[in-house]
Amino acid sequence: MARRKLKRVDLIFSKDCSCRDILADALKKPREEIIRMLIESGLKGRGGAGFPTGAKWKMAAEEESNRKYVICNADEGEPGTFKDREILDRVSLKVLGGMALCSYVTGAREGFIYLRHEYRFLIPKLEKTLDVFHKWMDELDLDFRVSLFMGSGAYVCGEETSLIESMEGKRGEPRNKPPYPTSDGYLGKPTVVNNVETLVYTMMIMRIGAEEFRAMGVEGSSGSKLFSVSGDTPKAGIYEIEMGMTLEDFVKEFGDGDAKAVQVGGASGFCVPRKRFSETHIGYQGGLKGFSLPTGGSMMIFNSSRSMYNVLHNYLDFFEEESCGQCTPCRVGCQQLRKGIEAIKRGEKSHKYLNDLLRLSETMKLTAKCGLGQSVANSFASIVENFREEMIY
Amino acid sequence: MSEKMIHLVIDGNKTSVPEGTTLLEAAKAENVKVPTLCHHEDLCIAGNCRVCVVEVDGWRVLPAACATPAMEGMVVYTNSPQVRRARKDILGLLVSEHSSQCTTCYRSTSCELQDLASEYNIDNEIYINLLKNEDYVVDRSSWAIEKDNSKCIRCQRCVRTCAELQKVNALDVIYKGADMKVTTFFDNPMSEVVCTTCGQCINRCPTGALTERRYIDEIWEAIGDPEKHVVVQTAPAVRVALGEMLGYEPGVRVTGKMAAALKHLGFDSVLDTDFAADLTIMEEAHELLDRLKRKLVDGEDIPIPMMTSCSPGWIKFIEHMYPDHLGHVSSCKSPQQMFGALAKTYYAKRIGVDPKNIVSVSVMPCSAKKFEANRREMNDSGHQDIDLVCTTRELGHMIRQAGIDFKKLKNSKFDKFMGDSTGAAVIFGATGGVMEAALRTAYEVVTGREVPFDGLNIAPVRGMEGVREAAVKLENVLPEWSFLEGVELRVAVAHGLTNASQVMEEIVIGDSPYHFIEIMACPSGCIGGGGQPIPTNAEIRQKRAEAIYTEDEKMKVRKSHENPEVIELYKDFLGKPLGEVSHHLLHTKYTRRERV
Amino acid sequence: MLRQDSAVKIAVEKHGKERKHLLPVLQEVKRAKNYLSRSDISDVAAEMGLSSAHVYGVASFYHFLDLEERGRNIIWVCKTISCYMKGANDILLALEEALKIRLGETTSDGKFTLLQTNCIGWCHKGPAMLINDQPYTDLTPEKVVEIIHEYNQ
Repeated sequence: MARRKLKRVDLIFSKDCSCRDILADALKKPREEIIRMLIESGLKGRGGAGFPTGAKWKMAAEEESNRKYVICNADEGEPGTFKDREILDRVSLKVLGGMALCSYVTGAREGFIYLRHEYRFLIPKLEKTLDVFHKWMDELDLDFRVSLFMGSGAYVCGEETSLIESMEGKRGEPRNKPPYPTSDGYLGKPTVVNNVETLVYTMMIMRIGAEEFRAMGVEGSSGSKLFSVSGDTPKAGIYEIEMGMTLEDFVKEFGDGDAKAVQVGGASGFCVPRKRFSETHIGYQGGLKGFSLPTGGSMMIFNSSRSMYNVLHNYLDFFEEESCGQCTPCRVGCQQLRKGIEAIKRGEKSHKYLNDLLRLSETMKLTAKCGLGQSVANSFASIVENFREEMIY
Repeated sequence: MSEKMIHLVIDGNKTSVPEGTTLLEAAKAENVKVPTLCHHEDLCIAGNCRVCVVEVDGWRVLPAACATPAMEGMVVYTNSPQVRRARKDILGLLVSEHSSQCTTCYRSTSCELQDLASEYNIDNEIYINLLKNEDYVVDRSSWAIEKDNSKCIRCQRCVRTCAELQKVNALDVIYKGADMKVTTFFDNPMSEVVCTTCGQCINRCPTGALTERRYIDEIWEAIGDPEKHVVVQTAPAVRVALGEMLGYEPGVRVTGKMAAALKHLGFDSVLDTDFAADLTIMEEAHELLDRLKRKLVDGEDIPIPMMTSCSPGWIKFIEHMYPDHLGHVSSCKSPQQMFGALAKTYYAKRIGVDPKNIVSVSVMPCSAKKFEANRREMNDSGHQDIDLVCTTRELGHMIRQAGIDFKKLKNSKFDKFMGDSTGAAVIFGATGGVMEAALRTAYEVVTGREVPFDGLNIAPVRGMEGVREAAVKLENVLPEWSFLEGVELRVAVAHGLTNASQVMEEIVIGDSPYHFIEIMACPSGCIGGGGQPIPTNAEIRQKRAEAIYTEDEKMKVRKSHENPEVIELYKDFLGKPLGEVSHHLLHTKYTRRERV
Repeated sequence: MLRQDSAVKIAVEKHGKERKHLLPVLQEVKRAKNYLSRSDISDVAAEMGLSSAHVYGVASFYHFLDLEERGRNIIWVCKTISCYMKGANDILLALEEALKIRLGETTSDGKFTLLQTNCIGWCHKGPAMLINDQPYTDLTPEKVVEIIHEYNQ
């Protein structure tokens, strides 16, 4: 497959469109048409998990219920991700537009933005936007209201069932699935939980059409997405780029000339060493040759001055604190991985113990209750396997 | 309507199960026992421990069998290499946060983690020990329950028990991640929180993290002291469960062997709480009638319904949760405490022993009885009425320790005096039993006739429904009870404190239709008490209940007021029910407590 | 004098008594009192008909529902990877020096509490911190001294 160069896109933050007009047009379409457009566009959830958005809306739309909810997941907590903050700061009406669209499609009359505590400073601005939005709702004759629900500091609440538990006044612990929120969500009612960015793209698809969206990116990973670039880079910031780029192109554009690894997808993502840059694409699995890595958009670059042991240790500290603690593999596993690499570094355990820890991380991936515990193995295994010497010496 | 069936393959065997069946249940139906720790039949599904993971064709992860419904076409492996490896890792992790001092653990050999660790050949050295020094501090503040965090595997069975079955929530999960643990409000000592000491958490704890506070050594000490006269009483529910500690299947009555074993252990007098249960009925039935008279005839503002007071977990519950409604609770002491007050007064005199040399021990299916015995007001004899309370489990341990081959023991009888009992007393052990016993007596007191139920078996108050109700019409009453002529006596029975709250809520809003309510703190009543053998589940409790009712049927005397020793006691000492001596020795008051 | 539990009453009146209102209520009380005391937790539990242990369990789950007494201004320095790489530890040292307290402590005048937190979403502008709700980014040891100085004015 021919290598794709980085293709910058300007959809999310573009100002050359009126949300109200996009919405007014969309509301003239039959619901099925909107679902069809979303499915055809190939849009997948931009929070990281990558569930097809059209299918999610369809499931919720088909549920029979007197009450349904739309929740915008703005509990952005993945290390290295800051795109949702930027979106809510600059184009929150597009987010609300996406929620309104979802309301129209599914029949939900109530929506929430679950905003992480760390973004409280956005509240005054968002409240003003909500006033404008609610006026539109009246004008467009859509019975839909959105309110803010504040988080209180828990990374795991980015997991949709934890988020719902939290809104219900409980500890933000992931639920057993099935059932899924589209049938049994907030207060037991059908609920669509979408990431901030995903909601904006639903609006953008209404604007440019499914075909044009699909024309961007690559097979299986269509469209564009926002990347939060940080670490050893002279160009830290937010960039909207077509899906499917290789890490080589990415590093060429954003690296400082000395990149030894890129962490794709934050602490829960994968660490890719320099030798794999050219064969690694950003996208969902299946569509591309070589390695495809999905991401919620966190791209952290490490140059050769960085100790990957310290990087991994920082991640494990993070998981150890942010695990909800209810399931064994995640609660105990995170502690064992962190203590394990410390013991090896100090020489208290043989370097062979790394193999036991790798096996443990694999067990966590297979048996943890939710995505948090399952994904600890991603960074752990990719760092330990690629930078084994740094773990020992 | 026919149930939709789901077809799947488990370990190569095609099977079908009704829609909604979990993989755990489906495997069980195929005679495959998938290991579990956080799962308990009495509780909602948690899916926390992940020990029950299984492999499903085409799935990226290993789902927890307890929390995953069987789906059409699933191909499930319960013992594949991947599954074995994962389970072994998970058990290793649990062991790494668990104090592995099994030799000093009360639950050794009855610990679910120990069993699985052994089955899976867990090497203690693989993972790093995560326990901190403070984890080893055992909370022994409560008279009844010991909490040892170093043995907690965070399965949350206790949390769910306390919330779902008991609606108390004394224990909950706090913090998250590595700091997550199960504890009380702000880590307060167990003695200072809303804990009712019912011990249901103990019965469901898979390890030794929650145990009853043991008094085994103190009991041995007393038995070994030649100065002391040690009397022991055994509660009705003990005799239908003790066998489980000593090699019998659930539901076997071991009354005679138990009496023999107690004598063997060296108790000076082996007596029966059942005697006091009959006495309780005498007092309680008359209190009910007295309340009705004062309400209906004298127009006094007497709280009706009256509620039973035999279950100390229930008493502590209402003291914490509904302190404004303590007036509804019968002032009768529980049988244990009536027994205790008499043992060191009437009984001591009768056998000619100085009460200060009597050590009064009771064997109870209950952990809350330990708390009850230590309530400050329980010293009407002039001494602490009951000195030491042990559970059915502790007695089982003592019998084993003494090297007694229990199954080979010849049946023995209780000693006299205070060893006689009736079928009415025996059924105290099952939910509804106190009500049934009280009705057998109250009805007869009022009408002069036996209760109008076949074979004295008051079926409507029996069974395992959470709240049951019944009505008995009082007709052709004796002249002194004429005010009750035609009255339909409405009664209710609730077991488990969640059900008790339901009944209480009606009282709070002033909408309770009943005259008399029996409450037992523990699901199924005392047979499911917090001191009973582990494990517990609905099936086991049902078998114990059946044994209780069989015991009743086999008794010659089945009504409390016909217990010859009780009759003698009134004649000789108490005078009459609710008389002055009764009032002093057999009745009590309650304490308002905080809800924190 | 205000009654001790008035913050709880106000919060419950504002947000409601249903289970789903628990987080907003706890957040409100925390904002009013800067932390949640034992009596706040048990008052909330009593007002909302929940168990105290349970409300404690919920509150302790969330990082920003402080259960210990805090200063009037809480400084949360990000400790996650991007900020760590850009020198978050130097920022912490500068703050400790400027405030004369260690991490986790509160100044004797009750003005500041110094804490760490996980990623606050300013990875491209690290090191970053929050003082109460306000983010501060691209920090240098000199800059944090100035910021503290402003709060001290």
